[in-house]
Amino acid sequence: MKKLTKRILSAGLVGMMTLAMAGCGNSAPNGQVVVYNWGEFIDPQVNKMFTQETGIKVVYSEYANNEEMYAKVEPGNVSYDVIFPSDYMVEKMINKGILEKLDFSKIPNYENIDVRFENLPYDPNNEYSIPYMWGTVGIVYNKKMVSEPVDSWDILWDSKYKDQILMYDSERDSLMVALKKLGYSMNTRDEKQLEEAKNLLIEQAPLVLSYVGDEGKNKMVNEEAVFMVSYAGDAMIMLSENPDLEFVIPKEGSNFYVDTMVMPKNATNKDNAYAYMNFLCRPDIAAMNAKEIGYSTPISAAREQLDDEIKNNPVAYPSEEVTNADNMEMFNDPSDVIGTYSSIWTQVKASNN
Amino acid sequence: MNKKSLAYPYVIWAGIFIIVPLLLIVYFSFFVDGQFTFQNYTKFMEDYYIKAMGKSISLAFISTTICLLLAYPLAMVLNGKDISNRGVILLLIILPMWMNSLLRTYAWANLLENNGVINNVLAALNLPTVKFLYGDGGVIFGMVYNFFPFMVLPIYNALAKIDKGLIEAAYDLGANDITTFRKVILPLSMPGVVTGIIMVFMPALTTFLITRLLGGGKVMLIGNIIEEQFTRTGDLGFGSAVSMILMIIVLITLAFMSRKGTLDEEGGLF
Repeated sequence: MKKLTKRILSAGLVGMMTLAMAGCGNSAPNGQVVVYNWGEFIDPQVNKMFTQETGIKVVYSEYANNEEMYAKVEPGNVSYDVIFPSDYMVEKMINKGILEKLDFSKIPNYENIDVRFENLPYDPNNEYSIPYMWGTVGIVYNKKMVSEPVDSWDILWDSKYKDQILMYDSERDSLMVALKKLGYSMNTRDEKQLEEAKNLLIEQAPLVLSYVGDEGKNKMVNEEAVFMVSYAGDAMIMLSENPDLEFVIPKEGSNFYVDTMVMPKNATNKDNAYAYMNFLCRPDIAAMNAKEIGYSTPISAAREQLDDEIKNNPVAYPSEEVTNADNMEMFNDPSDVIGTYSSIWTQVKASNN
Repeated sequence: MNKKSLAYPYVIWAGIFIIVPLLLIVYFSFFVDGQFTFQNYTKFMEDYYIKAMGKSISLAFISTTICLLLAYPLAMVLNGKDISNRGVILLLIILPMWMNSLLRTYAWANLLENNGVINNVLAALNLPTVKFLYGDGGVIFGMVYNFFPFMVLPIYNALAKIDKGLIEAAYDLGANDITTFRKVILPLSMPGVVTGIIMVFMPALTTFLITRLLGGGKVMLIGNIIEEQFTRTGDLGFGSAVSMILMIIVLITLAFMSRKGTLDEEGGLF
């Protein structure tokens, strides 16, 4: 019995050592870079090209939302080299002290990024993050099924459209809509304003057909509903599949967001990470990614390489006047209010019970 | 090596992947920043959380009842002696389980949409269309569809194991069909029924996927609240506390059911 245990143990040890050695012995000559990105947020060809050009292997995995990514990165058990958080999450990660200050001399292609994406509120001194993609939030609607003009969030509260409205199953995006409709900042911490927004969403609940995630895109394309609150990137995909759909940023203002590239402090392949970020800032590469995923690139030289109907499309590339309007906001670090958000959202959804 | 050591792999597996996570849930639910507290539990005492729990229990109860009413007669038919294609019917019950339940539920969501395949067929036949999804109806349908096999199989198993001699004896002693069913078949099949109820009620109580896809995200069940705490809010403490409360309810139901039925007899799974 004892002998057997010993034998099994030593066999196990040998096995583990082989595995560990296989892990160290890189097939690529210049090591690897560990990348953690959103699902469907890159042209898969890009990673292959990067390996071909630099000899650096890309170890790539994906997440579905910022919170999931944060839950995995924050404990530091896994060391990633490049991550793609959105604006408010960058701010949160900076506040938590888990992001590395970037050495921009190692990212020469950074100069391709348009000036309007510098010094944004989540990273005011441009120290930690590089803009990767950006977009706005608005209403996608089916112009065949609406006769009146759509230019305000109010239409999502019109009882005429009962069971024709899709909202995101997300407390942040839904509260943004309600707060903007009320004329408040979407970053408010004022309890009375949040209470008003909550009541507004409860009032809306009977009119909403469904609170959707990714499946909402299909529903709009199949004309299951007339309206959907949507990210511009998703809207681009829907509009290309159903010509009757239209996208509008309501006049009360909305959310303007940027998804970025950052490096966590515990990154182990820092030079490779710089090389990877630099590669993604190259105009031809950025254009490939923008074409593939439908979101908007912050690199003008890349935008120039896109098809005319995309690069001149106001859905993906609204003018600077639109994004710089006072009522266009970015989310800030929601750590202090997220509990309230979640309880509001439960109350809104349980109001049907 | 004695026979007991054959169980070690599973015991180790269960220790690492069941016991340790369970202890972590208990820990997270009682400690906030290292301090012992009941705050995660008191937070649950809001009418909207209690309502969501009540709704979960009632929807799970309704779907379990429907499953039972559909499954028992089917199991009786399957167990009858004059049925020739029993294998085919059993295969039809099990066949959908070969495919991932997420995919099946997505498929139903597409079929049942207001503008989906089934309603388009209804409209083409000049029949009124039906709003299947986006409410309790869709959720109950999804639960019954997904968990039905877990009700049929244990009941069929229990029925198949009944000694036919007992039934013949009942007839010989003058009992008619109804009395035989009531006094002999039903009591002897109870372990299967209890197992079926447990196997359907538990997953129905905790589901969050069916609510999301077939309820249109408009029905908030306890499973959705737990999922939200872990994936979006990041409030592990509250999520763990709700999980604990749910587990306690499940345990009470189990204890109640096992007293009702004779779980340790043949035919049951436990």
